[in-house]
Amino acid sequence: MTVTPLRLDAVVKTYEDVLAVDGVDLELAPGELLALVGPSGCGKSTLLRSIAGLVAIDSGTIRLAGALVDDGRDHLPPERRPAGLVFQDHALFPHLTVADNIGFGLRDHRTDERQTRIDELLQLVDLAGFGDRFPHELSGGERQRVALARALAPSPALMLFDEPFASLDHNLRIKLRHDVAAALKATGTPAVFVTHDQQEALAIGDRIAVMRNGRIRQLGSPAEVYHQPVDDFVAAFMGTASFLPIANDATTVLGPIDLDGAAPADAVAMVRPDDIVFTASATGEAEIVGAAYHGSGWHLHARVHDGVDVYFTVGHLDAPAVGDRGTLALTPGHCQVVVPRR
Amino acid sequence: MTAAAPVAETGSDRVETTAADRASRRGWPGGALVLAALVVVPIGFLAIGISDPETEVWRQQWDTRLPGQLVDTAVLLVGVSFGALFLGSSLAWLVSAYSFPGSKAFGWLLVAPLAMPSYVLGFVTMSVFGFTGPVQNQWRDWFGRDAWFPEVESMGGAIVVFTLVLYPYVFLLARAALADQAGSAYNVARSLGARPLEAARRVVIPMLRPALAAGVAVVMMETITDFATVQYFGVDTVTVGVFRIWRGTFDRDAASEFATLVLVVALMIIGLERIMRGRARFGEAAGAAAGLGPRRLKGTRAWAAFAICGIVLLLAFLAPTLQLVSWAFQEIAGPRGTPNTERFLEFLGNSLQLALLTAVVCVLASIFIANGSRFVSGRTTGLAARLTAVGYAVPGPVVAMGVVLSLVALDDVLEGIGLGLPGTVATGSLVGLVYAYSIRFLAPGLNAIEAGMAQVPEEITASARSLGARPATIVRRIHTPLARTSVATGAVLVAVDALKELPIALLLRPIGFNTLPIWTFNLATESRFEQAALPALAIIVVAMIPVALLSRQLSRGAERA
Repeated sequence: MTVTPLRLDAVVKTYEDVLAVDGVDLELAPGELLALVGPSGCGKSTLLRSIAGLVAIDSGTIRLAGALVDDGRDHLPPERRPAGLVFQDHALFPHLTVADNIGFGLRDHRTDERQTRIDELLQLVDLAGFGDRFPHELSGGERQRVALARALAPSPALMLFDEPFASLDHNLRIKLRHDVAAALKATGTPAVFVTHDQQEALAIGDRIAVMRNGRIRQLGSPAEVYHQPVDDFVAAFMGTASFLPIANDATTVLGPIDLDGAAPADAVAMVRPDDIVFTASATGEAEIVGAAYHGSGWHLHARVHDGVDVYFTVGHLDAPAVGDRGTLALTPGHCQVVVPRR
Repeated sequence: MTAAAPVAETGSDRVETTAADRASRRGWPGGALVLAALVVVPIGFLAIGISDPETEVWRQQWDTRLPGQLVDTAVLLVGVSFGALFLGSSLAWLVSAYSFPGSKAFGWLLVAPLAMPSYVLGFVTMSVFGFTGPVQNQWRDWFGRDAWFPEVESMGGAIVVFTLVLYPYVFLLARAALADQAGSAYNVARSLGARPLEAARRVVIPMLRPALAAGVAVVMMETITDFATVQYFGVDTVTVGVFRIWRGTFDRDAASEFATLVLVVALMIIGLERIMRGRARFGEAAGAAAGLGPRRLKGTRAWAAFAICGIVLLLAFLAPTLQLVSWAFQEIAGPRGTPNTERFLEFLGNSLQLALLTAVVCVLASIFIANGSRFVSGRTTGLAARLTAVGYAVPGPVVAMGVVLSLVALDDVLEGIGLGLPGTVATGSLVGLVYAYSIRFLAPGLNAIEAGMAQVPEEITASARSLGARPATIVRRIHTPLARTSVATGAVLVAVDALKELPIALLLRPIGFNTLPIWTFNLATESRFEQAALPALAIIVVAMIPVALLSRQLSRGAERA
């Protein structure tokens, strides 16, 4: 079946006088995982809640699995929308066992079917045998997997995640997001993940939507959003970047760049840290002004003679120290011309 | 594993909402508004009634009792306010700022008089200290037949009794304020070089003002609602006037018009509280404030502090309770004995029935209101929630007369369409009583249950909804089980208030229907104190439940600090 799981057209939501969502269009492909990222207050959570039916939109339309669920006048309540929800704090029902939590949404199943489905989901999230426990007897990661199983149980047409891993520690977060993505792919369930963590968005999304001030600034694959940002906001939000002024002859302080025709007047060249090569040299034009060790290498901050800040990484231990000088070069073809927006 | 749900492409250009969806969307605010109307309408009836006054009744009242009643009301309110303010805040300062033998225990023991209804302490005081009581007899034995003794059956006596049972409201609020912000501010002021009295005057008292104003307002409300205790002492307030007109003539229009006077007094109390509180809005500290570090008292000073707290507790609670116990034993051992126990069970049953019905009504209404704002956000549900709680600030006699007027109006309407209520629903039935009790006692139940609901995260509700559960299912399977402790607390608070209530019961009871408080009051009015002891003790025991709950919270709070 090739039903579009989610389609938004010109969705607008205002709180008091604040425009939280300002005309968002979005379409999800079957089975697709979309990461919705942006700084806090950008409207991503409001958008997610609008899809779930927790927030009634002002105008525009929301379609879930082809059915119109909100057109700004009539709002289908959340209990009638085929969308599953997972929150940061998992929101398990503390007075119900794991099995009863998972079975909560299985109202129309016969008792034996219900038990079969619960066992199936416990298996899926790798918690077979945990059915009789209570939420308080589980670890944070286990709770989050129960929340996932509970939301998946009624076979929703779409899953919605609101900062699902934010309360977990770093290592567990990485493992869990891998497990969640695997479970979603295994069931073919499309999903929208709201997160403020760009690493998480890059890791989990088939596509990424970057939001700011209620609008989607860019929608594309992780590589597109990371390496070909549409503007300096997306570039800076998705990761560390150096912005190099472009001279008339298509050169920067780090050398020439490839340009298709003339660059716009105030355009700058955006370079990611791993696309810059450093060579130590006592007479080099770049001086190291900051260095931070991060385990697998160093984050370095250099200043080129006329005051341009450049950020790059080196992957070995004999990294330059603050005060050292050297030359910097661009990896050919790896910089993106962007136009800053005020 | 099944794939994503096979939801058919409807292609519809309409949002396919069902009747159930719309009912749910409109049901919550609609229901909340109906509940708010049920609370407000009786009070509204009363206010409308005054627009067409029965001049004859007013003229007659004005020529006879009314001027005296106005004076008595004012003197009583002012006297009790100052008494409770002085006693409550001094005791709070004593147990917060100093440590002495028993100071921690007194911190919650001094709340106990809340369980002593004023009409019980009133009659115990009259019987023990009154002209024929043992104290004056002894006094005359010692000092001769004409020895001077303060007149107990007087305004002064009434003020002392009300002060002793009502000071805990001021004590509680002042103590809580001292425990956090005001306490630390005192220490800061001292560290900046202020002497103790100067720090108290310049920092503590201004910071305590909102708490003291709120406490005094509650004290005044409790005083104005009473018309039983004052009658022991021959004090004639406007509230007594309502009772006298209603029970004397059953002229509901005159009685309800008179009740608007009580309502006006209540509104003045609320206004006064606003003025006393001023523009101050001191939020409670998040618990980070260190509070007042108590200073250790030594020697005579320590024992003096102990004695002050002990004497207050003795007079307000221990001694009267012991007196009641002794009377109850005399009565059981005495020749009359048995017939009273039978009646006791009957009246206890009546009281329990009334308390239970009221608790059920209030808890159901509170659950509805507390859930409404969860499922439908908007101003309507919030406003309705605030309106349903106003009954607690309206004196019992006002609520009672409002309910009488409403039920009479309802009766007229029903009769107009040929569905007359059987007999005397309006002027005396359980329906009227439960209705009036529910208006008056909804607030404590609602507060408890709203607090319980606040502990249930929004995400839990959202998760349950996204799993396809209708609001009614969520209330039943998620919210109520999760908030069950608060629901139980709310039910207990309402039931205890209903069990203690005297004024509304005296005004609205069906003929021949007696509750424990009515029975106690009637026996005490006839000076049959030994017989009144058993029901009075039963009321005190029941009233101890919320006080014990409160004390547990207080001592827990103290442990955290």
